[in-house]
Amino acid sequence: MNKQIKTPESGVDADAIIKEAVSLVGRFNRRHFLKQFATLGGLSLLTGCSISDHDGVEKLLAQVSRFNDKAQAWLFDPNKLAPTYSKSQITRPFPFNAYYSEAEVPQVDAADFQLDVSGRVSNHKSWTLAELQALPQVEQITRHICVEGWSAIGRWHGVPFSEFLKRIGADTSAKYVAFHCVDDYFTSIDMATALHPQTQLTLGFDGQPLPARYGFPLKIRIPTKLGYKNPKHVQAIQITNIYPGGYWENQGYNWFGGS
Amino acid sequence: MSGSLTSISNTTPENSDKIKPAMIHPLWLRLTHWVNALAVLILIGSGWRIYNASPLFGFSFPDDITLGGWLGGALDWHFAAMWILAANGLIYLLFNGVSRRFWHKFSPLSPRAVWSDIKAALRSRLSHAEASRYNSVQKAAYLFVVLDLVLLVLSGLVLWKSVQFSTLAFLLGGYETARYVHFCSMAFLLGFITIHLLMVLLVPRSLLTMIRGR
Repeated sequence: MNKQIKTPESGVDADAIIKEAVSLVGRFNRRHFLKQFATLGGLSLLTGCSISDHDGVEKLLAQVSRFNDKAQAWLFDPNKLAPTYSKSQITRPFPFNAYYSEAEVPQVDAADFQLDVSGRVSNHKSWTLAELQALPQVEQITRHICVEGWSAIGRWHGVPFSEFLKRIGADTSAKYVAFHCVDDYFTSIDMATALHPQTQLTLGFDGQPLPARYGFPLKIRIPTKLGYKNPKHVQAIQITNIYPGGYWENQGYNWFGGS
Repeated sequence: MSGSLTSISNTTPENSDKIKPAMIHPLWLRLTHWVNALAVLILIGSGWRIYNASPLFGFSFPDDITLGGWLGGALDWHFAAMWILAANGLIYLLFNGVSRRFWHKFSPLSPRAVWSDIKAALRSRLSHAEASRYNSVQKAAYLFVVLDLVLLVLSGLVLWKSVQFSTLAFLLGGYETARYVHFCSMAFLLGFITIHLLMVLLVPRSLLTMIRGR
């Protein structure tokens, strides 16, 4: 997705906005008002714009978003598989997507790379890329759905994430799995999704080692979650009961981000 | 007053006052109408902003007439107002079913009657003398918008949770098709709203009826 940061206008003085709105509305004659009223644009001008800048409304919306986390966790079926597709349905070229441009993609040296594991695990040892590649691997052709609305079908290879959780002796009664990435991106997921059969520690894309633009050396592929919950260039995994948040989630995207 | 208009409000003592005109819209109908109007306004305003993040067609909506300020804000508005729309819509359908208002208000309805009423309306010969009864064009339009809102909710469920509602996603032609279904049913809703508001401007009494009930 494109880098979208909240505009600084979100902090403007609400009283000043209301004063300005009142003076603007006062200037409308009845006919102008009706003309505006008859259009939807006019309607949203009358109601929407200044409301969203209001602190109380933002807090209320954040609370609804937490409620929506719970609703999605309740709706999530740990045995329900995302649809899979044939090779001919793969989207080519598969789109590049990050909070930065393709020219800024991190170039990770495979020889130096290690995946750190921390938190509620019994085996804290770090993993080299060769050690990860030696684990049993599976393949999936699934649909990646972006929060922006577009979607693309890709083919990913890697270790079932539940299998990896077993190897590190993860406490699967913990609430969260947090991911930290080489490019300073970070996100976190619920344990139920981490244990889902299609959640994958991905090392390859479409028969090749994972290319840099898709997250070399490893990404987490989760077909039951939106794109921003599928971190690339992952270098640290933490099992925790403390809410870890995420890069986009901390700016206002819904945390659960299920699909 | 016809039997179709049984409601909580017409059991109150003031209804025995014969000077007052008959109750046309019971209180539950007026409440669900205005709550629905607010929810639809929020959903369309924020929906346009979400559309702009990845437009399906060769145009975007001007950001100034959208709601939410950015994609994350618009999604928050959209996924908050959806609960209001859904809960309010269920209450509306439930009351319509229990009071049998649907049956009394919308039947009989035939394509021929709709066509002859459209012709009459275009020649300005359609009577609005009795506001308690819908003409065939009104019946068709209101039934259409109820079904269109149902389609918006169903396609919205697919976009929100295409894996969890995979059967529904399949029935609507998959995730990508559901995006077009959702957009087109929004456009149809917009068409309804435009005509609906024009009619209110032509027959302003109908606005008062939807506020006061009489």
